[in-house]
Amino acid sequence: MSDSQPGTQAGRVPSGCGNPGVPVIFEQTSPGRKGYSLPAPDVPERPVEELIPSAYLRQKPAALPELSEPDVVRHFTHLSQRNYSIDSGFYPLGSCTMKYNPKVNEVAVTRSGFRAIHPYQPEATVQGALELMFRLQEALCEIAGMDAFSLQPAAGAHGELTGLFMIQAYHRSRGDRRSEIIAPDSSHGTNPASAAMVGCKLVTVRSDRRGRVDLEELKRLVNERTAALMLTNPSTLGLFDEQVQDMADLVHAAGGLMYYDGANLNAIMGVARPGDMGFDVVHLNLHKTFTTPHGGGGPGAGPVGVKDRLAPFLPVPLVSERAEQFVLEYDRPRSIGKVRSFYGNFGMLVRAFTYIRRMGSDGLTQVSRDAVLSANYLRSQLNDLYEEPYAGPNMHEFVLSGKRQRKKGVRTLDIAKRLMDYGFHPPTVYFPLIVDEAFMVEPTETENKDTLDAFVAAMRQIAREVEESPDLVTSAPHVTVVGRLDEARAARSPDLRWRPER
Amino acid sequence: MAGNFPDDLRYTASDEWVRREGAELVSGITAFASDQLGDVVYIQLPDTGKHFAKGDPFGEIESVKAVSDLYLPVAGEIVATNQELDQNPGLVNDDPYGRGWIIRLRPDNLADFESLLDASGYEQSTTERA
Amino acid sequence: MSYLPHTPGERQEMLEAIGVESVDDLFANVPRDLLSGPPKIPAGLSEMEVLRLIDGLASKNQDLEHRPSFLGAGAYLHYIPSAVGAVTGRSEFYTSYTPYQAEVSQGTLQVIYEYQTMIAELTGLDVSNASLYDAATAMVEASTMAINETGRGKIAIGTGVHPEYRAVLRTYMTGQGFELTEIDEPWVSDPASVGQALDDTTAGLIVQSPNFWGAIEPMAQLSDVAHAHGALLIAVVNPISLSLLAPPGEYGADLAVGCGQPLGIPLQYGGPYLGMIAARSDLVRRLPGRIAGATVDKQGRRGYVLTLQAREQHIRREKATSNICTNHALMALAATVYLSLMGKEGLREVANLCLQKAHYAAQLVSAIPGLSMAYDAPFFNEFTVQTPVPATEVNRFLLSRDIVGGYDLARAAPGLDNYLILAFTEMTTRQEIDDLAATLRDLLPEQASAGSQAALQGAGTRGKA
Repeated sequence: MSDSQPGTQAGRVPSGCGNPGVPVIFEQTSPGRKGYSLPAPDVPERPVEELIPSAYLRQKPAALPELSEPDVVRHFTHLSQRNYSIDSGFYPLGSCTMKYNPKVNEVAVTRSGFRAIHPYQPEATVQGALELMFRLQEALCEIAGMDAFSLQPAAGAHGELTGLFMIQAYHRSRGDRRSEIIAPDSSHGTNPASAAMVGCKLVTVRSDRRGRVDLEELKRLVNERTAALMLTNPSTLGLFDEQVQDMADLVHAAGGLMYYDGANLNAIMGVARPGDMGFDVVHLNLHKTFTTPHGGGGPGAGPVGVKDRLAPFLPVPLVSERAEQFVLEYDRPRSIGKVRSFYGNFGMLVRAFTYIRRMGSDGLTQVSRDAVLSANYLRSQLNDLYEEPYAGPNMHEFVLSGKRQRKKGVRTLDIAKRLMDYGFHPPTVYFPLIVDEAFMVEPTETENKDTLDAFVAAMRQIAREVEESPDLVTSAPHVTVVGRLDEARAARSPDLRWRPER
Repeated sequence: MAGNFPDDLRYTASDEWVRREGAELVSGITAFASDQLGDVVYIQLPDTGKHFAKGDPFGEIESVKAVSDLYLPVAGEIVATNQELDQNPGLVNDDPYGRGWIIRLRPDNLADFESLLDASGYEQSTTERA
Repeated sequence: MSYLPHTPGERQEMLEAIGVESVDDLFANVPRDLLSGPPKIPAGLSEMEVLRLIDGLASKNQDLEHRPSFLGAGAYLHYIPSAVGAVTGRSEFYTSYTPYQAEVSQGTLQVIYEYQTMIAELTGLDVSNASLYDAATAMVEASTMAINETGRGKIAIGTGVHPEYRAVLRTYMTGQGFELTEIDEPWVSDPASVGQALDDTTAGLIVQSPNFWGAIEPMAQLSDVAHAHGALLIAVVNPISLSLLAPPGEYGADLAVGCGQPLGIPLQYGGPYLGMIAARSDLVRRLPGRIAGATVDKQGRRGYVLTLQAREQHIRREKATSNICTNHALMALAATVYLSLMGKEGLREVANLCLQKAHYAAQLVSAIPGLSMAYDAPFFNEFTVQTPVPATEVNRFLLSRDIVGGYDLARAAPGLDNYLILAFTEMTTRQEIDDLAATLRDLLPEQASAGSQAALQGAGTRGKA
């Protein structure tokens, strides 16, 4: 495959050919152009200065652009054509679960009955919304094996923080001061950050040669200061840790709690449930497992589930059912309070609910089976050329290393960039931190076998290029709209907003 | 930059170098460290006049992809910080032992300088970590 | 199942390539006693059936496209130009991932850069980030910035700030061991009394303008008061109002936060919305979340990257400025398209329409016997009225006429039973306002004598909120 072919059915990247840079919208302004239409005031109009003292009025107008509607639409259309997306190609991103975003979810959310309801409307006027949230809470409880869910958190990291607030509130309610949180060395960046935000020190437990938590070391680390052990299972290495129930027993015996990062739930739906593994608090990522669209970085939703003993601490309000009415329940005296305004990212909840009801019990089970199958298939096709740090079988994702290629002067970063020339978004790179030159691949269940094979072909071709013409790889990408960007310059002399030339 | 361990300097295991200039010490981070960090984009420097113990974190150094604490090699008072690094943090990569110096301090005990690692001792510690 | 492409034949091929008999073998590491079987939820549905289910639920909601409403209180029914949805509905935007690999994400990154520019312009401050979840969490982040910048541990906040934002701040401050002081400020802050509540342990003062009750606060004076005590001023703002009212940059605020929902984002029962945050340039390294910056590639082509990432959780880990991982990118896109369409003049026109309709309504409503304005201060698109009967009763009566009333202040402040906050946007028609007034007259025909008493009390009322 030559480097002038920027893609296949499996994936196409925005290519530099015929896609010149787009001027910032402010540079397309022409004073007096209008892109809006508003009716004239239908009430008697009074001078602004009569209604608001001039001291409170804006002196210098905001320099917003002035364009016609066609100009605006064209500008953003051009920008959209400089973006990769699931609808244009495969994202083998480990830990992200970039599965197809069903279009029926978008239809569901534009119904005016969901779109145009105000959070402060009387509950009697929004019974459909409350019922949807209630049923979603129920479904998530069942899928995760938990007793209650809050749909408030806006993202996974937000759910994680909410979970930790509840864990701390639980310990405080028992007069127990706990100042340490344990997480494996393979954990996600948000874990230590969240721990710090609840005033805890993060203690790291090593992973053993099999990529599982070193249970002996864990036994040494768990003590009366342990607030919680934060885990994801399968781990970020894509490996199911069979010791999870032993870990739960250990932590519970010391009075600590078990926290589950639900990022990898796509591996185990219909197979195993975190609640059964011994987890007390769980957060799920609706934008991963439950296919709400990533939107270029958000919004997401990170509902948090708990076992009964932590339910009193859930954020308010909870959606409950009382006398066949759905209500927002605020009377929860031990609640940690609110973690965001209003009730949750409702627009994302509608999408996730639609997906769960569309897939159903059988569908979600098949999702995990196909996700795990596809991931193992990919690994079996690549582990002769790329070093494999841990023995399989893996689950829905796997980690390989570019260590062998580094000996030829090519780094995982270079391989990632070269994949773009083949029309693919790179996999997750340099994570987890415990694997050198790591790349983490998660195909998900919505990619067909031809796409998987095309990805394999590209990775195998790149491995050959590393041997024969490494420069092609280290100087990649070649076909994209821009090459590698000067990140040092961006951070040293930050240019974070457009300014008119004076 | 293989083998860039000037003999006239002393070092710490946390990758700081130290040069003695009369009663004061000048310090920065080594070429090994700045290579590991990548392009330095920002350095957070302490106020002059502040006193720190040996090993205390006194500032932070940031690259595009990493951030690291800076640890004081010997106990003492900061008498000067390299103001050039504000506009030109890349000096730490380009000239780590010269124009990329970070702080100048008045040590509590000048003799502490002698107990730091010498060039070969420091080089040893880097090969162990590579 | 239409989202699962593998055929039985393909599954078999893959199993053979892997070297196992069945998919069950791939789950061999899961202890047998953990095997749960399929979740006990209903079986899957076809697309038609699921839409029927969804429509059944949606039809149980009385939405505001089909009846008038005077609810505001942090979420507003503004008109969303059709082009906004046409852009955000492009799957290259909504199905794309976070722009960590900049070369294939220039669309998203340039949008963020343009969004950051517009928020900086609107707030009159130097720099914005790529957005946060909502105004409440943005306010929490701004508080953390003030605490880290000053080294002090206390935040002072006026009770004119949205009660939900205050509740969220309380949760975070308690969880992290910082101190929160609430300053009672019924209906408008008095800078002198605010000053008395500040001291040399105050890191930041948070004031919302227009405040929760609709009144415009004396921000320039409050800014001076905060600075006189060495504290930062954090302004909570409505972005539409900023086209008309003095922005934070003009009155010396250090930080500005707010909810960007009025900028082309539908009500959606409370989310997802858009958390805005903007800061003075010297605070940029403390800003949480993602930030896009402009740079060049080796060929000198201009491009955009996520920058200053060393602030963020995936690098700094336990020393991150915050644990934020996501921004509300698609909502920021909506806001950017909205602001591009409205532009300099359009946004002012929207603001003016809100202002005029609110003031027309205020004249009508306060002329109704028994009703009076709660305060005398200037307002923008919302105001609070004092009612002779509990606000719940007023709302119930309005609803019986298929009008969704205002925000019952008792909901936020138990005891303040007779206050209603009414909001108006460019979508509120004169007819709707006239109908509101007529309906209220129907409810309160015998309040004439009680009304004049209330009117005398109304102007001087100092209620606790």
